[in-house]
Amino acid sequence: MSAGRRGLGGGLLRFNGAVVLAFLYAPIILLVVFSFSASRLPGQWGGFTTEWYQTLFDDSRIQRTIWVSLRVALVSTVISTVLGTMSALALERFRFRGRRVFDALLYLPIIIPDVTMAVMMLMFFTQAFDLLEVVFGLGLSKGFATIIVSHVAFNIAFVSVVVRARVAGMDATLEQAAADLYASRWQTFRYVTLPLIAPGVLGGALLAITLSLDDVVVTQFVAGPGSTTLPVYVFSLIRKGVTPTINAVSVIMLVASLILVAGSVALQRASAARGRQRLQTTGGIQ
Amino acid sequence: MTSRRTTRIASILIAGSFAIAACGGDDAADAPAAEEPAAEEPAAEEPASTGPADCAAEQLDGDLYLYNWSEYIDPELKTMFEDKYGVAVIEDNYDSNEAMQPIVAAGNSGYDVIVPSDYMVSILISEGTIQKLNKAAIPNFANLDAQFNPPSYDPNAEYVAAYQWGTTGLGVNLSVVGDDVDAGWGLVFDPAIASKYSGQITLLNDPRETLGAALKYLGYSLNTTDLAQLEEAKALVADAVANLAAFDSDQYDELLTLGQTVIAHGYSGNIVVSIDGYEGDDEYTYIVPNQGGTIWTDNMAIPFDAPHPCTAHTFINFILDAENGAQLSEWNYYGSPNAASVEFMDPEFLADETVYPADRSKLEFITDTGDFETNFSDSFSEAKG
Amino acid sequence: MSDATLEQSRRALGEAERQRERSERRRGFILALPSFAYMVIFFAIPLVIVLVYSFATRTSTGSTALSDWNLDAYRKLGEPIVRNVVVRSVILALITTLVCLVVAYPFAWFCATRSALTRNLLLVAVMIPFWTNFLVRNYAWRILLSAGGPISSFTEAIGLGETNILFTKTAVVIGLVYAYLPFMILPLYASIDRLDRRLVEASSDLYASGPQTFRRVVLPLTMPGVIAGSILVFVPSMGAYVTPELLGGGKETLLGSYIVTQFLTARNWPVGASLSFVLMAVMLVSTIIYFRSGGKNL
Repeated sequence: MSAGRRGLGGGLLRFNGAVVLAFLYAPIILLVVFSFSASRLPGQWGGFTTEWYQTLFDDSRIQRTIWVSLRVALVSTVISTVLGTMSALALERFRFRGRRVFDALLYLPIIIPDVTMAVMMLMFFTQAFDLLEVVFGLGLSKGFATIIVSHVAFNIAFVSVVVRARVAGMDATLEQAAADLYASRWQTFRYVTLPLIAPGVLGGALLAITLSLDDVVVTQFVAGPGSTTLPVYVFSLIRKGVTPTINAVSVIMLVASLILVAGSVALQRASAARGRQRLQTTGGIQ
Repeated sequence: MTSRRTTRIASILIAGSFAIAACGGDDAADAPAAEEPAAEEPAAEEPASTGPADCAAEQLDGDLYLYNWSEYIDPELKTMFEDKYGVAVIEDNYDSNEAMQPIVAAGNSGYDVIVPSDYMVSILISEGTIQKLNKAAIPNFANLDAQFNPPSYDPNAEYVAAYQWGTTGLGVNLSVVGDDVDAGWGLVFDPAIASKYSGQITLLNDPRETLGAALKYLGYSLNTTDLAQLEEAKALVADAVANLAAFDSDQYDELLTLGQTVIAHGYSGNIVVSIDGYEGDDEYTYIVPNQGGTIWTDNMAIPFDAPHPCTAHTFINFILDAENGAQLSEWNYYGSPNAASVEFMDPEFLADETVYPADRSKLEFITDTGDFETNFSDSFSEAKG
Repeated sequence: MSDATLEQSRRALGEAERQRERSERRRGFILALPSFAYMVIFFAIPLVIVLVYSFATRTSTGSTALSDWNLDAYRKLGEPIVRNVVVRSVILALITTLVCLVVAYPFAWFCATRSALTRNLLLVAVMIPFWTNFLVRNYAWRILLSAGGPISSFTEAIGLGETNILFTKTAVVIGLVYAYLPFMILPLYASIDRLDRRLVEASSDLYASGPQTFRRVVLPLTMPGVIAGSILVFVPSMGAYVTPELLGGGKETLLGSYIVTQFLTARNWPVGASLSFVLMAVMLVSTIIYFRSGGKNL
């Protein structure tokens, strides 16, 4: 490859990169800008105002839905990341009975239509609660827990896909070497496997948070009274138009997620550094 | 390679048989639960089995969980209720009758008051989803206008109390269409007229409303169960698609006042409120087409398993209060079913033909057409292409 | 060493091997068990309920009678309306997938060839827009694409005249590409990142042209990423509902909206359920065949 062509190719790559980023951020910039617009009408600039942020801080209902959303996203992400990672390791590294069934089962949440999953979870919880009441006399009702259970049910599949992509490309000899050097299974996992698959786990977790924060249809059907999440609330508001308050909410969520990312990256770095240090002090397995 | 593929296919078969096994294996446990809705059905045919709650007027038994259309109640009214009775009002919203119905009908929804529309009320009654009202706990029930007491969908006035009513018609940008416009459905269905506003028309994304409008334009009832008439209406809607900007049930009012569209099919209050919020509001108007259109009501009802039925009755009574009813309607810009509210309302509001059309003779309620309902939704899908 | 002792030790070795295999199997099973159990209880069993519904009957009031089992709901899928809807949705999903692939491949390549810090920042930058509300993003696109909106003003300023893309098929494709682009970028990046760059150099050292190198070396090696990305974009595009309604104006019936209509407008749950099942079965089988033909596990 000549230098000239590489230069041209590099230039095109750079240009494509810039176009993709512009494409991804155009609507985001728009909604950040219009969250400061005094006009109620979407797409019309009515002068600068922070009124919508004020409204947001005064609106206890939006705040409640934000908290529900964040708690649901956090809890369901933690559970589905752990379960999804376990299933990814099991499927990539082991042969066991029922593996293929499990494999197929894990594809289904990715391909099921939203509304079908919503209806099915509603029917499931209704009938399961009836059953529990008849058999054990438990009086359960829908709410926070049912949202989390449903979100985990679709998130496990997505986390598993992302983590498997990472595990599949990983060298198994490192783990065998660790085992040969008398590392316990837990030590092998903690100091060899986990650091290696960490990018995949992180990617899966990010995907899980995103999906959880975006879900409307399933949540609407499994939420109990008063446990509405933000997207469901926004969806119901749409009938009266996307007010700049909703834009303001999006901007705040954006800022919050940026902080979250910065935090998790820092945490990841710190733990990676700690891991390396410990390996060095204990003589190391590497 | 071949053997691997066969094992793959085998695995799918295993997955399939597993699903069947799970079904069979769980039969013992699942059967009573699965039977439940079926078992409910005989009860549904005899809705009288759900008697009214044993509540007295103003009695409370907990906070109020309200399941309502979004932005459909003046927040001040909620605060007034909370202050007067010392209970909290927790509100969740839905965006269609059909999304609300399965959630409430499944049971255990946790809601005390829901606000279904007319045709949905008859479905909820026949399936035993809502309970009878205890009129003794709702002394203000007598305030309801005779037209809504009893309403056609609850012939003995046992189950629901009307909340608001309105019409479905067209929002029109007069500065484009002109003041001497023919105020009929021809604006959207007559190709000669509609083609002048090509790409600037929205119709509701709702089979019953939009096919209903076409049926009205053709001079038929919007509750027809005649397939030939429905076919005609379907062809009309299919032709109208060419001139449409969109089928839209949510943002039509905004698109109109933003100048993106010229004619918007939609609900009276939404369009009127949007026009009022716009500076050049005399440029726009809302019309009830002269061939007639939909008149609808939304109604307060109590789910069969409402956790706080007495608070629910107290709330319904509170909304039916003459002054509160007036406040609700003026906030929503929808018609009030409350006869006693008239004296508390602005005469200008009462004289507003966009809210209270003078001639209501050609307006029709949408009624549930039973098995024919699937023909409406299929025809609508087919009309879109 | 006699034959007997040799046989004996071979047998012992085989026994140890089998034992290790058994213990491996057990470990794998134990590792999979929690999520397996979870998926069975909270996904497979609910799915069976839907399966049961697909054989039931819509009552005249729109509820589902769990009696009088029949195949009517599956028969309905043979009607021309369903066929048209499916064909239209497949075409739209293919176009979306193709556009995503063409846009995402060079971008993923660009990311993979940056320094560690830059590439991490780029990947996070790809994800961040998706932490705003999905509906709000769609509404932002509505403003961007509308007549008199920013894009229209831009084309007018450079002398191309006003453009109104909103409520067209182009708008739908733009919206879907926007919604699913990260699903294409992430797996592509993962596979390009693993690509041994020395192979590319070797290829060009052997006088292969740029396109030849790409077709013969790079593309085959990054195929797993292409396949994974295509599936993650194609599958949700097939069922997309909100974006076509908001940006396309709902003027065409697509599979996603048709299924939603069955559940939430016609209240015909048996048909909604049967349609979902056939869709899932076809997707599952074609996904597996697609993976097999790519020769790699995800």
